[in-house]
Amino acid sequence: MIKTFEVKSQDFQSAGQVSSAIKKLLKQLAVPADIIRRIAVASYEAEINMIIHSLGGTIVLDIEDDNIALTFQDEGPGIKDIDLAMQPGYSTASAKAREFGFGAGMGLCNIKRMADYFHISSKENSPTVLSIGFKVIE
Amino acid sequence: MKLADIADKMPLKFLCLPDDDLLDNDFTYAFASDLMSDALYLVNHDAGKTLLLTGLVNTQSLITAEMLDIKMLIYVRNKEVPQELLNLAKDKEIGIAAFAGTMFKACGLLYDFGLKEAS
Repeated sequence: MIKTFEVKSQDFQSAGQVSSAIKKLLKQLAVPADIIRRIAVASYEAEINMIIHSLGGTIVLDIEDDNIALTFQDEGPGIKDIDLAMQPGYSTASAKAREFGFGAGMGLCNIKRMADYFHISSKENSPTVLSIGFKVIE
Repeated sequence: MKLADIADKMPLKFLCLPDDDLLDNDFTYAFASDLMSDALYLVNHDAGKTLLLTGLVNTQSLITAEMLDIKMLIYVRNKEVPQELLNLAKDKEIGIAAFAGTMFKACGLLYDFGLKEAS
C-alpha cells in the first residue's frame, strides 16, 4: 500500500496532521504498538522539519508486510552541511518554530535513532530527500 | 500513584478527561519540557504510566503526547487552554489538566510523591 501526503511550508497550524493520520492507519493495520510509536515519532519530527525548513513537499508512506518505509521529499532550499545538521543541538530554526516547541536541534538525530534504515541526500539550493525504513517484526 | 490521588494532592484541575478510568490509572513516570523535540526523545518508557508536563499550550504538545502514546498532559501555570485544543484532546483520547503553580513546583511535588523521571 502506498499513500502520499502533502506538506506546506510554514503551515504550523496543520503540523502533525500527516503523522497523526499515518499513526491511525498503522493502528488499523494492527502494526505492533512499539513499531508504530517509533514510526510516529520519526514521521512527526520529519514533518515538522519540512514545515520549518523547506518550501513544502510530499511524504510517501509505503507499507509492505515486513517493512514500512517513509520518504520525505521537499522542493528545497536544501541543507548546506548535512553532518552539521545531524549534530545534536545544532539548529537553524526560526523564532516562530521555537514558539511552537521545536528547534531543539534534536530532530534529525532522533529520526535516525528511531529508524532501522536512514538515508538523507541534500545540498544547498536543491531538494532534500530523506528515506527511512522500519522492519516489521511481530 | 493513581491520577485521582495526584490530582487531589497537587492539586490539578481537569480540563479534559476522555475516560473516567484514567483516574484509576497508576502514573509512575513524568517528563517536563517546553521543547517537544526533547519529549520526542522518549521512546522506551512506559507511555501509559507517564505524565507529560509543559507550559506549551498548543496543538504541538498534544500531538507530541499522541505520537508517544502518552495519555495525560499537564499544563503548568494555569494558562488559558482554547476550547478547540480541548476538543482535539477528546478526539485523541488524551487527558488534559491544569496546574496553577510553576513547572518547578509541579516537578518537585511529583518527585515528592515518588514519581520517577521518564528518560
